[in-house]
Amino acid sequence: MTGWLGPEEWSAVALSLKVALWATLGALGPGIFVAYALARWSFPGKQIVNGLVHLPLILPPVATGYLLLIGFGTQGVFGSFLKELGIVFAFRWTGAALAAAVMAFPLLVRAVRLSIEAVDPRLEQAASTLGAPRGWVFLTVTMPLILPGILAGAVLAFAKAMGEFGATITFVSNIPGQTRTLPSAIYSFLQVPGGETAAMRLVLVSVFVAMGALLLSEFIGRYLARRVAGG
Amino acid sequence: MSLFVSIKQELAQFTLDAQFQAPKGATVLFGASGSGKTTLINAVAGLSRGSVGRVAVDGWVLQDSAAGVWLAPHKRRLGYVFQEGRLFPHLSVRQNLLYGQWFARKRSGAGELGKVVEMLGIGPLLERRPGALSGGEKQRVAIGRALLARPRLILADEPLAALDEARKAEIMPYFERLRDESEVPILYVSHSMGEVARLATTVVALENGRVSRAGPAAEVLGDPGFTPAGVRAVGAVLDARVVQHHADGLSELEAGGIPLFLPRIPQELGKVMRVRIAAHDVILSREEPRGLSALNVLPGEIDAVRAGDGPGAIVSVRTAAGPVLARVTRRSAAALGLVPGVRCFAVVKTVSIAPEDVGGR
Repeated sequence: MTGWLGPEEWSAVALSLKVALWATLGALGPGIFVAYALARWSFPGKQIVNGLVHLPLILPPVATGYLLLIGFGTQGVFGSFLKELGIVFAFRWTGAALAAAVMAFPLLVRAVRLSIEAVDPRLEQAASTLGAPRGWVFLTVTMPLILPGILAGAVLAFAKAMGEFGATITFVSNIPGQTRTLPSAIYSFLQVPGGETAAMRLVLVSVFVAMGALLLSEFIGRYLARRVAGG
Repeated sequence: MSLFVSIKQELAQFTLDAQFQAPKGATVLFGASGSGKTTLINAVAGLSRGSVGRVAVDGWVLQDSAAGVWLAPHKRRLGYVFQEGRLFPHLSVRQNLLYGQWFARKRSGAGELGKVVEMLGIGPLLERRPGALSGGEKQRVAIGRALLARPRLILADEPLAALDEARKAEIMPYFERLRDESEVPILYVSHSMGEVARLATTVVALENGRVSRAGPAAEVLGDPGFTPAGVRAVGAVLDARVVQHHADGLSELEAGGIPLFLPRIPQELGKVMRVRIAAHDVILSREEPRGLSALNVLPGEIDAVRAGDGPGAIVSVRTAAGPVLARVTRRSAAALGLVPGVRCFAVVKTVSIAPEDVGGR
C-alpha cells in the first residue's frame, strides 16, 4: 500500500485512522452514559443537555472548531488547566481527535439512545427482582441488548471522524505529519497544480474505508441480532 | 402470620389502600382488572415507588414507611414470575435460570439446578434461547428462574393469563407443588375463580383498591355472599382423599365420610385433592333422591340463603364434607321451603366435575 500511496499521502491516511479510532473510543463511554441518561432519566435541564449534545450537528463546523480553540487552546479556559497536567490539544493530533470526537458525539448518542429506548424496561425490572443491583442490571441485561445500537453508533462516529474537516482545520490547523488528516490532505493536494491524482487516490482510500466499516457493522449487527432473537 | 401487607398509594383513578396478613402457603390476590392487584404486588416487590405502609415476610421487614425503611427490589430476595415471563432474550435458558444465583447470598450447588430442572421438565430446553420456546415452556423457565434465586417470597402476577387452557393445566400443578412443598410464602395475583379455588390457602379479594374480603379459602369460597366474579363463577371447594380407582373409569374419593365419584384422575391412592364444585352444577333435594343418575349425594343442613336481584339464589349447605354452594331459582327455594336449618341433599353429577376443577392440595 505504501508503494501505491506516496509517503505524504500514507501519513495522512495513517493519521486519520489513528484520529478516528481514538475519537470513537473516547466518545463511546460518555456517549453511552449520555444516551442512557436521555433515554431513561428525567432531570431538570434535560432539554438543554439534549440541545448541547446535538449542537455540533447543526452548528457550522468552523464555529465548533473555533469554540474548541477558545476552550482547549493553550490559552483556553480548559486548555491552560490541562496543560498543567501535561495534556495538550492545540496543533497536535490529539486535538484533531478531540474535534472529531465532538463532531461525532451526536451521531453516536442518537444511535445508542434509540437502541436503549427499544429495550423493554420490564426486563430490567425482572433482573432487579432477581437480586441484581442497578449497575449489574445495566451490564448484564441492558448492555448486551443494545450492543447492535452501540456498534452502529460507533461505526457512524468512526466514519464521521474520518471525514471531519471544518472543525479540525480551524482548531488544529493543517500541519503535515501532525494534524493533516485525510480530508485536509485532499484539500491541500487540490490547492497545488498537479495534485489531482494524489487527491483521487485519497478519495479512493476514503471510499474503501467507509464501505469496509459499513459492511463490517452490518455483518456484526446481524450476528448480534440473531443471537438476541434466539434459535 | 407469614406475610403482612399494608399499603397505601395514590393512583390516577382511585386510592389503593389494602391491608391483609396471611399464613404460609399461597395467598391469592383476587379481583377484576383495574382493581389494583398488580399495583399492590409491585408495591410488595418494591417496583413502584410512592407507596406508604408496611410489608413484612416472616418478620423480615421489606418496607416500613413509619420507620423510614424501604428496601430496593434487588435486596428483597424475591422470586417474581411475571405474566409475560420476561426471560432475558440474549441469554440461554440455563443462563436465565442461573441469573439470580449470581446475586444470591448463599450460592446453591449444581444439585439445586438439577432438582428444579427435573421438577419443571425443562432439561431439553437448557441450551436454547427464550425466543425459541413456546408460551408454556417460557413460563416453566420463569418459575425455575424465580425459584433458583433462593427467594424468601414468591410473587406471581397472573402467570397463566397469557396461556391457552391446555398450557394453564400444564403449569398449575407446579404452583400447587410450590405451595405444598416449599416453606416460602406465595403471593399470587389472579382474576380467575378457577385458579383461586385450586391454589389459594388464603383469599384476598380486592375491589377498587380496597380489600373487600380476606380469609381462608374454604371459608371465603363457601360464603354464598362472595360473588366478586358473578354468580356463574361461584363454587365451593372440598378437600377429598383418593380411595379407589374403579374399572369403569371413575375415581372414588372420600370427604368427611361421604364418597365422591369423579371422572378418573391420575393420582395415587391416599392423596388429598381439592375439588371445586360449581354452584350451578348442584341440585338440591329435600328428600333422599332415588332412581337418579347422579352419583354424588351429600346430605347436610342449609346454612344460609342469599337471593340476588335476579331470578337466582345461592344456598349454602353444611355437609360432613364441608360447605357446598348450590345456585337454584328463587322460585324453587320458595317451593321447597329452603331456609336456614332445613335438612336437604346436595346432588352433583360426576361428569360436571372437570379435570381442571381438581387440584392437589
